[in-house]
Order: sequence, then structure tokens, then C-alpha cells
Amino acid sequence: MSNETILEVDGLKTHFYTEQGVVRAVDGVSFDVREREIVGIVGESGAGKSVATTSILRLIEEPGQIVDGEITYRDLTIVGFEEQDDGTLTPREAMLSNREMRDQVRGNEIAIIFQDPMESLNPVYSVGHQVTEFIELNRELSGGDARQEAIDMLREVGIPEPENRFDDYPHEFSGGMRQRVLIAMALGCRPTLIIADEPTTALDVTVEGQILDLVKDLQTKYGTSFIWVTHDMGIVAEICDRVNVMYLGEIVEQGPVDDIFHDTKHPYTQKLLESIPRPDRTVTELDPIAGTMPSAINPPRACRFHTRCPDARVACTEVEPRFVAVGNDADGDGDEHEGEHNDHRTACIKYDDVGYWDSVPLEKVGDRDIQYVGDRS
Amino acid sequence: MATTEGQLGDGEEPQVGWRHTLAQVRNDPTARFGLYIIAIATSVAIFSAVDANLSRLTLGAYHDYTIGEWLPVLENPETLPPPGEMQTYQPPVFAEGGSWDNPLGTDQSGRDYLSRIIYGARISMAVGFFATFLGLTGGVAIGAVAGYYGGWIDDVLMRFVEIIYSIPALVLVIVFTVFVSGGNPDVIYAILGVGIATVPVFSRIIRSRVLSVREMDYVEAARAAGVTDRNIIRRHIIPNSFAPVLVYATLQIGFAILIVAGLSFLGYGAQPPTPDWGQMLNHAHGQMHVNPWMSIWPGVAILLTIMGFNLFGDGLQDALDPRIDN
Repeated sequence: MSNETILEVDGLKTHFYTEQGVVRAVDGVSFDVREREIVGIVGESGAGKSVATTSILRLIEEPGQIVDGEITYRDLTIVGFEEQDDGTLTPREAMLSNREMRDQVRGNEIAIIFQDPMESLNPVYSVGHQVTEFIELNRELSGGDARQEAIDMLREVGIPEPENRFDDYPHEFSGGMRQRVLIAMALGCRPTLIIADEPTTALDVTVEGQILDLVKDLQTKYGTSFIWVTHDMGIVAEICDRVNVMYLGEIVEQGPVDDIFHDTKHPYTQKLLESIPRPDRTVTELDPIAGTMPSAINPPRACRFHTRCPDARVACTEVEPRFVAVGNDADGDGDEHEGEHNDHRTACIKYDDVGYWDSVPLEKVGDRDIQYVGDRS
Repeated sequence: MATTEGQLGDGEEPQVGWRHTLAQVRNDPTARFGLYIIAIATSVAIFSAVDANLSRLTLGAYHDYTIGEWLPVLENPETLPPPGEMQTYQPPVFAEGGSWDNPLGTDQSGRDYLSRIIYGARISMAVGFFATFLGLTGGVAIGAVAGYYGGWIDDVLMRFVEIIYSIPALVLVIVFTVFVSGGNPDVIYAILGVGIATVPVFSRIIRSRVLSVREMDYVEAARAAGVTDRNIIRRHIIPNSFAPVLVYATLQIGFAILIVAGLSFLGYGAQPPTPDWGQMLNHAHGQMHVNPWMSIWPGVAILLTIMGFNLFGDGLQDALDPRIDN
């Protein structure tokens, strides 16, 4: 991939200030998106995937707040801070105002497709009206031209007879068709990047397959980049070029999809892959990840996964893991840590030189304070 | 929440749209009855002003005049015909001594009671509609903005609205009327006053809906597409929060009519010679024992009109609720 990087997220922290305490929903997340690629963000519910992506459009609402980090889209500073003399962080001058975000970024540069197609369309307007509204808002089209473009977009996403369905209301469409309409609305804005927030989760598997095929086709045709948020490793394998695996507000492993699947490094990613059925492996019993994700208010010390990790050692509770390049030795010089030259990185001290292997293993996973749901025998 | 109007089970599709709502109202006998009353009252209100035949009735004993000529006559009492020609306190046609000339009898000045009731419908309907429209417009704007933005904007607007709400409506309207009119009360001030007094209920109703509608994905999607807050409120928030407001508005029209009747009864509403039901009651209550019909007719008119709006409002509520399907 030699395409230019269009979006860069660096050390993003989005916290929610609730009465129970500060929820560190996203706590230092870095990834980037290049032209014409689909980047996956995968993780369990509550890992902070959606918060991370809505932060990109600065749509975080009270009590949530982006407290640190940089988000750069091309030459626009979506989020940027500078340190004051007293050590506090304040937004940088270059950071876009809310109005600039609205007029320059949202819709026309970065669009978003939401999870639930049943609730993402306004029930009081016809679907054609809604597609047209987005087109008029973000492109230099109006009136009949915008209408025609909306019809074309509806045809493009596979709505049969779009001229006749133009004036139909959302409740007259099936879930899959509504999701197609949402894609038409997003794509109709002609954005460079589309954030798809679990767009197929509410659909059945057959329709999901159709939508994924459609997205791949349209992605090739329009050259749009995607951030694809999902909890489904199967979808990642099917459409993503690169993946970021998130756990409890942090990215634990990132890299090209092949490396993640075939050269899995982080124990969490390994467990995640073991917990889904795969046609290419004979597995008699799926092995779910023990326990549930801890609270993001008081996340575990050091490595956040150590409470559920089968490989956890004492060092895991003491040393804050940092990203290390773990890619294959691409240029054959014997140096497996090629840093910038390789995309595959993970935040696990197994691959770092900080004393993991000299440390004592923590007791078996089951002996720690983890609740099992149901009978595991 | 699957749609605008409430919770739905799986696989159930909400029926939305005006055509469906109206069809449901048509199928509901009580709502239809209410609609008939409203239709009659409204057409009477309109025709009493333009129909020459009815305007002759207005004059009662002075049937040689039209309304246009009649009002100047009252303003210059010296042009009034001598008292002998006025048949005051005529009983209605079915009582002893009544005649078809004045089917509901005449009042203390000899004016035809039927035509005054009819003319009074015009005042009442105008008051009901305009006052409610005022309250609805102001209330929806305040409630939608407060609910959408939340935070301190919500606090300021809603506390302000609650201050108005804490004052009894009739007291508020009387004080407003007296102050604004500078001692010359008129029905227009009553309309303004009732409008202001009803802003709180409307804003509270719509705000509670907005709080849930603003969390909808389509609102988030609109924000993510760069739609301005103003257009989100106008095109996404308000249309999806409007159903309960609409139902309340029909009930509110009846309430506005009632409160202005009360106001006129107390002398702060419509001023003579403009006939108004409340004002007619005021003039009649001294005659309760001698001429009970004078009190009964305006009472019946008020009762029927308000009942019409209430029945229609109830029917509309059911029609807009997708869980109740006739």
C-alpha cells in the first residue's frame, strides 16, 4: 500500500465524566487510514470502537470529552492540543471550529453510516427526500439535478426501480433496503472517507453478505476509504485491508489483515479468533474469552488484558506495554523488528524486552476474580 | 422506539401519514361526532359574518339594518329607535309568548339571541384557534430548543417557562390584559394573554418528546452529514415530536374558549356590543330566575363547542397511536 495517508489519529483520549467516575472509553488510540483502503476496528462491545470513530467527527456529546491526542485529516486539524505553561492542555489554534467541522468535514469529507438501519432514517420523510437532502447539503447540486443524482445513487446501491421507490417512506422498506439507502445517503455526499459503525450487525447473514459485496464494489468504483467498525472477525477477513484490534479503550494489535489472521501476536487477538467458528480449521469446541471486560472507570493496571489473559505473568501487571513492531522479516536481513517499515504492531510485553519471560506466570485464569457465565463443563 | 408514535412489536410496521390518521378518525364515531360539532361551529362562525340573512337576524327587532349599519347605530345611541319598538326578554319560540322572529328569544336590549349566539361563535372560535396557535408556536419553539441543546439553555428556558406556569392562567391573563390594554380590555389582548399562558404546557410536552427524539440515529446522522442545528430542529426534531402536541392543541382550543368566556364574564374579554358567550352569561346571570333561557343558551353553546374539540382530540390521540388500530 503506497497510498497517501488521509486520516491520522494519534494518542486519542476520549473520556466520559460520569457521576460514577471518569470512564476512559478511549485511552490513547493511534491508527491511520490511507486512500482507497478499508480499515477495520474490531473488538468486544464496550471496547470504545464507536467512541473512537465518533471522536473523528467530533460528535462526542456531554458528558464525553476529547481530552488528549491529535486527529488530522489531510491538512485539517480536527483535534489538536498544546501544552500550556502550567501543564494543562488547551485546543490548538489550528483546530477547526464547530462550524468549520460542520461545513468542511462532516458529510462532504467524512460521512458515517450507523448501525441500526431501522432508526437511522427519519420516519416522516420519504427516502428520496432524505438522500436528496444530503446531496444538496454537501454538493453543488440542487432541485432536479439533486433529485436525479439521488435516483442514480439509489440505483447504484441496488434499490430496484428507484424512480418509483423515491417517494416511499422508510417503513415501506426492508432492513437490508434501508441499509442500502443509508449507504446511498453517505456515498451521495461523495466523501473521501466513510465511517461504517457496525452497519451490518442488525441484518441477517444473507443480507449482510450482499451489503458487504455492494460496499466492496462501490469502494472500488468511487475510491472511497472506509473505517469499518465491527465485532465480527469474519467481516474483517472479508473486506478489510488493515485491522485495529481494540480492547478496553486501547488498540492492542494492528496490521494488515493477513498478518493479523495468520501471524496473530497479541493474546487477545488470538482469543478473539479462537472464539469464532472458522471454515478453514476443524474445531470441536469454541473457546470463548473468560470473564467479561472490566470497567473502563478503573481499568486494570499496566496491560489491561492481564485479568483475562491466558499468558499473563506478574510483569504484565507492572509494565505498561508499548507498541512493538512484530512483522515478519520482510527484507530478510534477520531483523524482525523493522519498526516503521512494517505495519504489524502489537502492545504486548511478550514481544518487548522488558522482562516478561523472567517473570512468574499469574495463576490460572479461572482462579482470578473473573465471573463465568453459565456452566463451562 | 421504532417510529414517531411509540413502541412497536417486532415485525409490526407503523402506519404513518396523514391519510391513515384521517381514515382512523373517520372510523371513530365519537371523534367524528366531535368533528361535526367543530365543523358546524366553524362554518357558523364564518357565515355569521357574511350571510346577509343571518345578519338580519342579528338585528332582531331592528331588522331593517344590516350588521354594517347596526354597529354605528350602537355607537351613536341617539340614532336608536325609541324603546317601545324593542321587544326585550322575549322567551324562545317553544315557550309561551315566543315567536319564530326570535327563535331563542331576545336579550335585555331586545337583540335576537340566536344571532348573538351565532356571532359569539365567531369570537370564541377565533379566540380558540389564535390563542392556541400562539401558545403552540411559542411553546414548540422554546421546548424544542431547550430539549435539543440541553444544559444551561434548557435550564434557563424551562425555568422561565415554569415561572409562567406557576401563575394561575386566569389571573395571568387578567393581569396581562389589564396592563397591556392600558385599561381598555379587548378580546385581542385576551387572545395574546391566553396564548402566553399556554406556552408552558406546549413547551413541556414537546420537550419531553425531543429528549428521546434527539437520541435517534437519524438525528446523529444528520449532524454527521453537516446539517445545521437549526435545520435539525426544524426538519428532524419537531416533525417527529409533534404528534402529542397536535393532540393537546385540539384539547387546548376548548380550554382557550372556556378561559376567554370566563374572562368576558368577568368583563376583561370581548366588550359590548361585540357578542361573546361569556359576556352574554354575565348579562344573563342576574336574570337567572326570571329568564333562565338567557343563561342556558350561551352555556349550551360553550359546552357543545368544547365537547366537540375534546371528542375530536381524543379520537386524534387514538388515531396517532399505532398500538390502537381501528
